Amino acid sequence: MLAMDFRGPKRVRAVQKPMPEIKHPEDAIVRILRTCICGSDLHLYNGNVPDTRVGMTFGHEFVGEIVEIGSEVTNVKVGDRVMVPFNIACGRCIFCKQGMFGNCHESNSEATAVGGFLGYAHTGGGHNGGQAEYARVPYANFGPTLIPEGMSLDDAVLLTDITPTGYQAAEMAGIQPGDTVVVFGAGPVGIMAARCCWLFGAGRVIIIDKEDYRLEFAKNFAKCEAYNFESDMDDPVMFLKKTTDWIGADACIDAVGAEAAGNAMQTITGRKLLLQAGSATALHWAINSVRKGGVVSIVGVYGPTDNLVPIGNMINKGITMRGNQASVKRHLPRLIDHVMNGILKPSELITHRIPLEEVADGYRMFSAKLDNIIKPVLIPPTANS
Amino acid sequence: MKKTAKDFAHIPGWGIDNDPKNEPTYPNRHRTGEEHDGRSWVRPTQQVLDREVLHSIERPDYTAVVGNSVPPSGLSGVIRRFAFKYSENSYLHWLPLLMADKVNVVEGILDDFAHGTVPNIFVEKGYKAEWKHSPQTLVLKLAAFTAVTAGTILWLSSGDKKKPVRRSRY
Repeated sequence: MLAMDFRGPKRVRAVQKPMPEIKHPEDAIVRILRTCICGSDLHLYNGNVPDTRVGMTFGHEFVGEIVEIGSEVTNVKVGDRVMVPFNIACGRCIFCKQGMFGNCHESNSEATAVGGFLGYAHTGGGHNGGQAEYARVPYANFGPTLIPEGMSLDDAVLLTDITPTGYQAAEMAGIQPGDTVVVFGAGPVGIMAARCCWLFGAGRVIIIDKEDYRLEFAKNFAKCEAYNFESDMDDPVMFLKKTTDWIGADACIDAVGAEAAGNAMQTITGRKLLLQAGSATALHWAINSVRKGGVVSIVGVYGPTDNLVPIGNMINKGITMRGNQASVKRHLPRLIDHVMNGILKPSELITHRIPLEEVADGYRMFSAKLDNIIKPVLIPPTANS
Repeated sequence: MKKTAKDFAHIPGWGIDNDPKNEPTYPNRHRTGEEHDGRSWVRPTQQVLDREVLHSIERPDYTAVVGNSVPPSGLSGVIRRFAFKYSENSYLHWLPLLMADKVNVVEGILDDFAHGTVPNIFVEKGYKAEWKHSPQTLVLKLAAFTAVTAGTILWLSSGDKKKPVRRSRY
């Protein structure tokens, strides 16, 4: 089968690989119909996540058709079209029972701080991902969710990660009616987070980025205020204090993570020298621009080591910080309703459709923000068969 | 003046998921108490290991399912095995893993040559797309690369850069 193949930082290719096999009685094999490149794939692509091995297949956002099931799989059958949450969750450990499906204790032998993810380095459990024609999906009784009749594949594939992640970012912000929420990062997750803030009753939503085309997109998609931290202000924290009557935002969302720009010291130590687990510029700004007693919600991905953030300000301001990988399976019922009722239209984020054969071009375009790209979807050659 | 739902009528679904109980304790509010019993859940069937899988020493055993991706091998594998002797709390876990990743890239290139494949760096780096959408950036990159490479070659090939200076003793 054709699959993406990681060769080193900023080097990937599409190659023929052996078909995935059932390795566990609760496994399923899925023929991929749509698969995305995610912003968090760029952390792998750039070589920022430890234990990312040459030869791995990335891809944690995909939908497909079940073509084979293990002997203990009863909840899905061959021929079902499913969306596959990016977290691998057993559904029965104490963390899954709490609804923390991104923190499953039975899916990642190689790290305990995080559950297993499809296609996300060996730090994420070493599971090959879905940027391929076929993928192995563990715990098929629990994770894969039927795509409802009438839902497009494009909407469905964006329910496997970025929509739940954006939604959870807003949920963790503890938004109460009328709150002012600032979202740092106008990538797909940040844009979706801004859109979801309204669902929780936000009174004002502001998104901050440095790419004008993304800010313009966010303004239209999420109906929020959008500002460029390079051209609209000298200091984002001062700007946000001023625009909130010198109080600060009720909640700030870090939807950027390790790749943040905007602070030379963070960029050099976090992204170039890898002396910290990525550049924590967005988190730094979030802590400093939220009001006293406010909430900072983090969904941007960082590496597993340390970051330089103003933890003293967090204490002195009485800030609550919340973060997690999205618990996709917990959010799906409500998000499916929102999509089916026309409240959310995630597929509008898709700007580029790229054949899987050209996966290297897709990564380069997304990484370098070429051609006004917002969200690229890869189409495997077998998707239309 | 306080805004009402009417002010947000242009935003589909405004306030639809508002929950006054959403204060900062999620997910603890869903605690079942079972976490006090340790690893007491009925575990899924253990996957049979058909390749080497490293596991964090912060757990006593393998998870019920394990990844099907690349097992450790070569020099990078040796470094990774060393790293997994230390907990995730230790730099001796993460820094060797970062080093192993770099070694692994070189191993990948050697492996390509060993299998008769010459890596197509231009394609693998997606420069085709960059040439199409931002040719000036690519030209600048190539010019910088050429300048640095030429400079390095010139410096290395210059004959007198490290000649010891002979001093007369008198």
